[in-house]
Amino acid sequence: MLGTYFTFPELLIWLPLVTGITCFFLGKEKLAKDVALIASLITLGISLISLCYTDAKYVTYNYVSYVWLKFVGNTFYVGLDSTGRLLTLLTAIAFPMIFVATYKTKQQKGASFFGLMLLMQAGLMGVFSAMDALLFYFFWELALIPAYFLCSIWGGEKRIQATFKFFVYTFAGSLLMLVGIIYVYLHTPGRTFEDGTYASHSFALSSFYTSSLSAPDQNWLFWLFFVAFAVKMPVFPFHTWQPDTYDQAPTGVTMVLSGVMVKMGLFGVIRWLIPIFPLATLHFTHTVMILCIIGIIYASCLAIVQDNLKKLVAYSSIAHIGLMCAAIFAMNEVSVQGVMIQMFNHGINIIALWIVVEIIERKTGVKNISLLGGVAQKAPVLSIFLVVIALANIALPLTNAFVGEFLMFTGLYKYNGWYTFAAAVSVILSAVYTLRMIQKVFYGKTNPVTETITDISLNEKLILAVLVVVIFVVGVYPQPFINLTKEGVNSLVAVLKS
Amino acid sequence: MENVLQKIAGWIPLLPLIGFFINGLGRNLLSKKAAGFIGSITVLFSFGLSLYVFFIVNGGNTYLAHYFDFINLASFKIGFDFKIDQLSSLFLLIITGVGFLIHVYSTSYMAEEPPKDFAKYFSYLNLFIFSMLLLVLGGNYVIMFIGWEGVGLCSYLLIGFWFKDTNNTNAANKAFIMNRIGDLGFLLAIFWLLAKIGTVSYDEVFSAVNLARLSVTDIGGITLLMFVGATGKSAQIPLYTWLPDAMAGPTPVSALIHAATMVTAGIYMIARSNILYTMAPATQVVVAITGLATAVLAATIALKQNDIKKVLAYSTVSQLGYMFLGLGVGAYTGAVFHVMTHAFFKALLFLGAGSVIHALHGEQDLRNMGGLKKYMSVTHVTFLIGCIAISGIPPFSGFFSKDEILAAAFAKNPVYWGIGVITAAMTAFYMFRLYAMTFLGKFRGTHDQEHHLHESPPAITFPLIALAVLALIGGWVGIPEVFLHSGHKLEQFLSPVFAQTNTYVEIHHLKNELSHNTEYILMGTSVVLGIIGIWYAWTRFSKYERTDLKSTTGVNNLLENKWYVDEVYDSAIVNPLKSISLFFNNVVEKKIIDGFVNGVGRAVNYSSRQLRWLQSGQVGAYVLLMVIGMLLLFIIQLFL
Amino acid sequence: MDIKAYIALSLTLFTIGIIGVLVRRNAIIVFMCVELMLNAVNLLLVAFSKMHSASIAAKTSLTFASDAQIFVFFIMIVAAAEVSVGLAIIVMMYRNTHSIDVNFLNRLKN
Repeated sequence: MLGTYFTFPELLIWLPLVTGITCFFLGKEKLAKDVALIASLITLGISLISLCYTDAKYVTYNYVSYVWLKFVGNTFYVGLDSTGRLLTLLTAIAFPMIFVATYKTKQQKGASFFGLMLLMQAGLMGVFSAMDALLFYFFWELALIPAYFLCSIWGGEKRIQATFKFFVYTFAGSLLMLVGIIYVYLHTPGRTFEDGTYASHSFALSSFYTSSLSAPDQNWLFWLFFVAFAVKMPVFPFHTWQPDTYDQAPTGVTMVLSGVMVKMGLFGVIRWLIPIFPLATLHFTHTVMILCIIGIIYASCLAIVQDNLKKLVAYSSIAHIGLMCAAIFAMNEVSVQGVMIQMFNHGINIIALWIVVEIIERKTGVKNISLLGGVAQKAPVLSIFLVVIALANIALPLTNAFVGEFLMFTGLYKYNGWYTFAAAVSVILSAVYTLRMIQKVFYGKTNPVTETITDISLNEKLILAVLVVVIFVVGVYPQPFINLTKEGVNSLVAVLKS
Repeated sequence: MENVLQKIAGWIPLLPLIGFFINGLGRNLLSKKAAGFIGSITVLFSFGLSLYVFFIVNGGNTYLAHYFDFINLASFKIGFDFKIDQLSSLFLLIITGVGFLIHVYSTSYMAEEPPKDFAKYFSYLNLFIFSMLLLVLGGNYVIMFIGWEGVGLCSYLLIGFWFKDTNNTNAANKAFIMNRIGDLGFLLAIFWLLAKIGTVSYDEVFSAVNLARLSVTDIGGITLLMFVGATGKSAQIPLYTWLPDAMAGPTPVSALIHAATMVTAGIYMIARSNILYTMAPATQVVVAITGLATAVLAATIALKQNDIKKVLAYSTVSQLGYMFLGLGVGAYTGAVFHVMTHAFFKALLFLGAGSVIHALHGEQDLRNMGGLKKYMSVTHVTFLIGCIAISGIPPFSGFFSKDEILAAAFAKNPVYWGIGVITAAMTAFYMFRLYAMTFLGKFRGTHDQEHHLHESPPAITFPLIALAVLALIGGWVGIPEVFLHSGHKLEQFLSPVFAQTNTYVEIHHLKNELSHNTEYILMGTSVVLGIIGIWYAWTRFSKYERTDLKSTTGVNNLLENKWYVDEVYDSAIVNPLKSISLFFNNVVEKKIIDGFVNGVGRAVNYSSRQLRWLQSGQVGAYVLLMVIGMLLLFIIQLFL
Repeated sequence: MDIKAYIALSLTLFTIGIIGVLVRRNAIIVFMCVELMLNAVNLLLVAFSKMHSASIAAKTSLTFASDAQIFVFFIMIVAAAEVSVGLAIIVMMYRNTHSIDVNFLNRLKN
């Protein structure tokens, strides 16, 4: 069956896409919710099975190419390689978690909500497995456009404003990237298909890698792509859409945005930006890195003074992503390996963090740190989970993030010691804001807002327990995850060496 | 044999971890007795295994146990390794031994907590033992760092154990953040090592090949950064202020974490890296001076404190300063020796103080105590032993270890010794001030308290007695050469760990030998000064009466307010950080970046508004524009 | 006959048409002027077609001579279709507003 009729990337893309479209027609919220949940669980199952077939001899299970718009040199070419696999796994884990965690939240027009969510999942899967530039762009937009609708229809009070900002930022980035893709496309060599059709240019990833671009061309094209990715990550100073959007979007969407979608930017840099423009990358490394490091410290400082719980998490995420971006540009084996691991870990941690924040907001109706307090007395289990997750977020050893951050910092240090000193200040600042949050929300005396709060229900416990187990498994024994991504790291580093 | 050792070494930290899981997950089901029993028994078993390991190591075997690859990359490999040698086995014994006694003590001390919190307390305590064991057992700096941050976490959790009170959680945050600053230094040192020589395993870092690859700057930088880590964990200047605040936690926690074990992690780290420090004389000077300055500063503050635990806390800071002085002057054995004796007598003092606090229902102010001698005889005697031991009176344990450090300091620089000895006299003074105000004179508390005064139950007195015995005889493993030929068993035991340093010192002729006469004089001076301190305290405070008169002289004020260090830190670091963050939030983020983005939006909006006038809605106008456009196109086509 | 005469006539008709569209407000007149412009173009196409039919190219290519005349038929068909739709719109407009003044209908604005 596998390899002849179906391949893993196809299954991962089509399953959410088809069920997503089906959801629109189901009408009933409850039914759509269950369909979405089951579909996402099956996707997760497929993704887990695909981990067993990473070996080179299973190449037919992992890669597939269809004829699609042959005359422009394009094929529907998707594949799971070691760079994308861990991220598809993250996508597959994220959605069922989100569906279960928000199971009790009532949605207006719920069927469309779940339909859009699944479309977004299909888009993300596509982004992480596309081996063709046009396809990549197509899935990129497929992932983004549902997000606009989800935010603007189901968001909070200021949703229109926030979505508009989100839209303008990301769309501007996307269009710049499209211009870049077309320009690079026009400089690719021609290609002949099996049936003899000849196209004078090609969208294939491999042709993009071998495109004949001069150094000055690369220099400006680099920014076209980088801005798109930087907005998505986000890197300072392209980040201001993020806190607002995270604050206003429905929590399920925020989880996808922060847990999975920001990885699109990082992934784009690894898969597309650096290999296509190696000369420009070397040329702009310092510029990008300084931006990242400013962003790390700046966002950490902002997180210290936020009163809104969601914005605090948003800024903390910006700081973490900044570090990952800096580590990619350090471009040695250690740092890139750290990023690969950390992309997965950050996703898990931040989704878990959002789940906790969502529970607090749902139970108390507020998200202001200053109004909360004493939650630990009323909801001890929730507090334990939060403390574990928050500590994972600040990279305490034996949690997953430590492995990633340790490798990233080590790699960064190999590149430049002073940058590392500056970036590592965030290690302290992250402790400051995280402990402040724990203290203000969970410790202290209860007040009228938190007096009536109850502890979490069984399904919430289950979800958080699963996430916490993942946190510790990766933290204690990260080697299998390192092995999973080793190949991709080596090929990226090899590109830059030559 | 080695296979067995590997398994046993693995079980030593694993047992407390199991205890942590049982107590942590079953905290709603377990009775207090069960929770206490599980918590204590796991540590006791660990102690038994540690003893076994100790005897094997004592036979001259050391072993590196490899469990699995933690991180394995092409550039470097970090194994999950345990190093079983003399140094780690000694620390194992201290941690599990003292740890077990404190667990037993806690079963009674914490008895008034509800069962849930009681089990939570024991799970934290077990987690702490696990982390601490990981710290000392680790076969490379990364595993040490895992334990290093782990103990910091447990310290945070236990300081904030009574989290309803904001003061406690503030203290917990302070401890964690200050530790984190230190941890950053340690972490950077690890990065440096990895970048330069691509390994963090002790055996490989200390190998001659790799040491040769490190330049003087490298070694200096790495050792300094590690020392920054040590100042955080071991409460040295400038990061010491968290330790006195950490007394907000339950008293057994103060005894275990903030006196006997965790705070000595910095000493362990430097002793472990002894060859690096020996090769970096500049760092050694920094270590020695920092240690000495901390010792003096903390001792002066302790003179004026009235909270029984605060006095002990500052005394701990001061004693840790001694240990760093020892490390800085190259007396690694002396420092480790002092870690051991200090663990005995300081844990004893803290537990004794806990017993007193327990009897007085939470009263911690010395001015409200007094005359407890006749109510609590066991606590009184054991506390007295602790005080004598810390004051350095022979033949109690503190004398031997402190004297070894001071002698080494004298050999390096007599000024170090001079300051050290004065500090020792201050130590004797404030400890006996504490003793006298607590146990002598008349009881100054309320009648209600006096009515309930009682000796503590056996679960509390047993650890006190055990520790008192250790505080008395613990020093006899290190009797100096002048008294007994080859009496320093500890030095012989630890010599393989410091062998590299000793060879280095010999090659470079760094050691100044002291004559026996000088040593006698040094010892005599310090003992006499100690006795003077005790005598002075005894005369001044044995009949202490409470006066409401506040002395307001400058020095008094300065000492009572702890040299205003907290206030200085607040205004120099905390407040600027807050205001810069607010500036970022209110100005940079909202005005500049968002202003720019919104500005783009507004510009588009404005120009569209202007263009709107073209759209009059009159068909005629549109057609006219169309015609004009066509004409223009024609003109361009034909004439240009 | 000289081709210049045809061009001059055609241009005159076209200009009259444009000016009519621009200045008149009566929808029917505007409509008629549009027709006038179309017919001016038709006239020109036929004239040029006739002129070129004697050329060498016309003898080698089958369709060359008739291309322009086919265009004219297309234009006439389109114009007829336009008239039928356009007049219907004007009738509807009159029914709704009792006016066929094009400037009255400026609802596109706002």
